[in-house]
Amino acid sequence: MDEVLDRLRARSLRDAPVALFLLAPALGILGAFGMLPLGYALYMSLFGGRHGRGAYVGLANFVEALTSPAFWKSFLVTVYYAAGTIPVTMALSFAVAYALFRIVRGRSLLRTVYFLPYVTSAVAAAMVWRAILHPRFGLANALLEGAGLGPLPWLLEPRGVLYVLTGGYVPAHVGPSLALCCVVLFEIWHASGFMVVIFLAGLTAIPRELEEAARIDGAGPLQVIRNVTLPLLSPTIFFLAIVSVIKSFQAFNSFYALTGDGRGPADSTQNLTVYIYSNFYEYQRWGYGAAVATLLCAAIVALTVLQWRFVGRRVHYE
Amino acid sequence: MRQKAALYTALVAGALATTFPFVWMVATGFKTLQEATSTRLVLWPEHWQWHNFVETFRAAPFGVYFFNSFAVGFTVTAAVVVTSLMAGYAFARLEFPGKRVVFGAVLATMMVPFEVTLIPNFALIHKLGWYNTYPALIVPWCANAFSVFLMRQAFLGLPGDYFDAAIVDGCGHLRFLARIAAPLVKPMMVTVGLFAFLGSYNSLIWPLVVTSEDTMRVVQVGLTVFSGAEGVRIHLLMCASAIVIAPTVALYFAAQKYFLEGSLGSGIKG
Repeated sequence: MDEVLDRLRARSLRDAPVALFLLAPALGILGAFGMLPLGYALYMSLFGGRHGRGAYVGLANFVEALTSPAFWKSFLVTVYYAAGTIPVTMALSFAVAYALFRIVRGRSLLRTVYFLPYVTSAVAAAMVWRAILHPRFGLANALLEGAGLGPLPWLLEPRGVLYVLTGGYVPAHVGPSLALCCVVLFEIWHASGFMVVIFLAGLTAIPRELEEAARIDGAGPLQVIRNVTLPLLSPTIFFLAIVSVIKSFQAFNSFYALTGDGRGPADSTQNLTVYIYSNFYEYQRWGYGAAVATLLCAAIVALTVLQWRFVGRRVHYE
Repeated sequence: MRQKAALYTALVAGALATTFPFVWMVATGFKTLQEATSTRLVLWPEHWQWHNFVETFRAAPFGVYFFNSFAVGFTVTAAVVVTSLMAGYAFARLEFPGKRVVFGAVLATMMVPFEVTLIPNFALIHKLGWYNTYPALIVPWCANAFSVFLMRQAFLGLPGDYFDAAIVDGCGHLRFLARIAAPLVKPMMVTVGLFAFLGSYNSLIWPLVVTSEDTMRVVQVGLTVFSGAEGVRIHLLMCASAIVIAPTVALYFAAQKYFLEGSLGSGIKG
């Protein structure tokens, strides 16, 4: 036993120079641009003024963020966005994946097509959506007109979607704006393909016998999906939930490209990432931006931990 | 039988809806301005205006944008493949003190949201004097934790006997990696490379922040600027969008297997 350990130890020391050489490039870059900035961001968040060169202000930036209505409004936009995109994208992708799973001919071609938006740049795809949703000569309003309805300002509408849908019955400031709903729709279209592919892989991997047994016992198709397929897929669903919550809290490209500046009409599409970006880049408030970014990071970590604790427990591993 | 027909109908309808924006983009990109802004519901142009293509390149320096995007994208791709190949091999096949801690630290960088690193990295780029230069666009993206992880998995998947045989034969690790191990993990190298290129080509916020001169812009930034300046000339904007998307769509159809299975890897490992 000792001999083996000695040999291992000897090998470990002999390998060390080679390992150092092989690891240096990756570790250098990840350290400089992935790890160090974390500490630097915390440090920066303690300073006021422009370009992070102001006086030391302690936790004032954090206090300012937590008492600022603009911060909380951006937080609410982030929450609306997550609540709007994740459940719909999941349900839709599962339906598509399940249908794809049930067919044989054309499955891989259709899978390729459904995945396509995911590889295209959000910026270029957003340009098309902007053109389709253009208030004056967009396709969406042409269709509305064809149906005998009035045109809508879509991405330029700061008033609530409920206000628009109910014809003014619900106050305009309640709920997400119509502009934000357009961003949500775009994201559902742009990101569903990824989930379709993952769901399809999950469906291919789960054992068939249980579904067969349930069917023979007289369960209807929906009952089989609810009581057999979905529980067996729960690790996949759980993984997708974690990843998409994190992604939705970091969304930027679609907001920026769809609205031109990310903030949208009356700041109604300004999520936390856009809020950080405009404080940092437009107002040069680096310390404040770093403080908000730190809060966002903490929120993401907290949400992920909560999901592990409360949802992870119900996940069904074989 | 009727159920199958319903499934196909729904799936094909969904696929058409998914691709419709692209079709509409290409069709509008080759219309006249008048056709593009008319509210008549006509999908295809009456006469395809192929010169829109030329006009788009004349309206903004898309040639420069493309050169920048490709130069940055290819460099980042090559660098990511090399750095993750090296680091992946070390984590999979070498023994050294602190290996687990270092690997854990590498994985931890995956969980840091980019907003937190955005401002400090921008400050760092400024201090290095890299603002408005290629190194600013390239260097921070030359390694990423997920690629290192994927390469490590690929090396772990190879039979251990190869390694032992080579070491017994007196072949050093570096020669073994270059001559034997790297060719064996080629599919993973392709996957890692494709995703690195796609990530670089499609990125927006970083190039937006670290460049301000028109000569340093990449296509995604160029396109957003173009849309602000030329928002009314919808036909040219659509033509520009189609041109920007074209390389990635071509790459995707040429190598779809790697893209689809690559994302699977990320899914199953969750």
